[in-house]
Amino acid sequence: MIVLGIETSCDETGVALYAHDRGLLAHVLYSQVALHAEYGGVVPELASRDHVRKAVPLLREVFRAAGLASGAVDGVAYTAGPGLVGALMVGAALGRSLAWAWGVPALGVHHLEGHLLAPLLEPEPPAFPFVALLVSGGHTLLVDVAGVGRYRVLGESVDDAVGEAFDKTAKLLGLPYPGGPELARLAEHGDPARFSFPRPMTDRPGLDFSFSGLKTFALNTLHGLAGSAQDRADVARAFEDAVVDTLAIKCRRAVKATGTRRLVVAGGVGANRRLRVRLTELMQELGGGAYYPRPAFCTDNGAMIALAGCLRLTAGQAEDLAIRATARWPLDGLEAPAAG
Amino acid sequence: MTYTGSCHCELPDAAATEALGARLAGACGDDGLVVYLHGELGSGKTTLVRGLLHALGHAGRVRSPTYTLVEPYELGARSVYHFDLYRLADPEELEFMGIRDFLDPAALLLVEWPEKGAGWLPPAELDLSLAYADGGGRSARLAAAGARGEAVLARL
Repeated sequence: MIVLGIETSCDETGVALYAHDRGLLAHVLYSQVALHAEYGGVVPELASRDHVRKAVPLLREVFRAAGLASGAVDGVAYTAGPGLVGALMVGAALGRSLAWAWGVPALGVHHLEGHLLAPLLEPEPPAFPFVALLVSGGHTLLVDVAGVGRYRVLGESVDDAVGEAFDKTAKLLGLPYPGGPELARLAEHGDPARFSFPRPMTDRPGLDFSFSGLKTFALNTLHGLAGSAQDRADVARAFEDAVVDTLAIKCRRAVKATGTRRLVVAGGVGANRRLRVRLTELMQELGGGAYYPRPAFCTDNGAMIALAGCLRLTAGQAEDLAIRATARWPLDGLEAPAAG
Repeated sequence: MTYTGSCHCELPDAAATEALGARLAGACGDDGLVVYLHGELGSGKTTLVRGLLHALGHAGRVRSPTYTLVEPYELGARSVYHFDLYRLADPEELEFMGIRDFLDPAALLLVEWPEKGAGWLPPAELDLSLAYADGGGRSARLAAAGARGEAVLARL
């Protein structure tokens, strides 16, 4: 079965084709393709959420890249939530309509299920069960993943997502927004011993996170300084160390609590070098392994939606003709496909 | 915009910022209102919204809407929309995200970084600015415009 996946829940427009027996056939993301010619010029910045204009050229591109005739699929999966409802509606209306026109089943996929299953796109995927740490600009979650559709949220951020805390602290340090990766580069030159930032919510039991206070702590620390390049690097280092430490402490707890040996790290912040080193060491110490999707599948993409949709559609799951788009959709509410 | 009434208060800590949000919830009654929230990163805008939403009966988390641009809440018969327009590159992006679907006069609109949506947002009925104060606290300045805004400010 070949499944077309469409992702439009936030900023990125991603489409992909996934075959149950051959894996990923092709995937394209808006930012990866030189679409300027198709638009007749430079794409204006204000079109960054204009999925309507991007989706059709991307669809043509993905079928071309896979060497398939347009519409030569056995099912369509689209992100049905959670996300910005106007953005979701574009992918949902398009996906459901294409499936109807092509006479194949369609399925609305949970965006976070896509992220949780993204490591299955890699050559050496983790076996179930595993614990997943999902860290991005919009999400911070620890999830116990027993199988497809069998998720238990162990903890999540009560305020800012970790990627957002990175971006906002970067802004306070005078870096352009969003500046999470620049902050990490600045931290390379920082003295880890100069400042000690708190590790929020680690002094009590539980697996929830809070990162809003770290941003304020960085700000208050900066207020007392001259603001030299070294000051800023030292604050960046203290901030990054606090975030990495906090995530590692909670991952250790989650792995121990569930008894699993496998930790999956997904989401854009999963590309942070210091975090990867730390979590890889942690899992070695605990006698297990850490798994990371490649960076292109850490951030939002169509491949993870095609994969998740394929796993459910091959299990016989399908939906009626309704177009589904849900701003709020608890991950815990998902069910396993009947035959899965 | 001409504001016809204003007041000022000191907020020594985050709990005081949340308490101001709760008082604002009480002062709104059942009416809708358009509230602009100004203040630098970390000045407590989302903290104030958390206090307001909890006072209106929201029991769950109050996530920052920086990434999603808007977090919707349905609290009884009332709709509350918490916007954060920080990431907008152009105000016209509000049109792409379907801003008009949110402009219900009976809804409570809380808008962080409203200047990023200039020209596409309804005018503020209450304009609330948070600023850093000496000693680590914050100060708040509230200004009202129009009958609904003035009534809320008077009740505060």
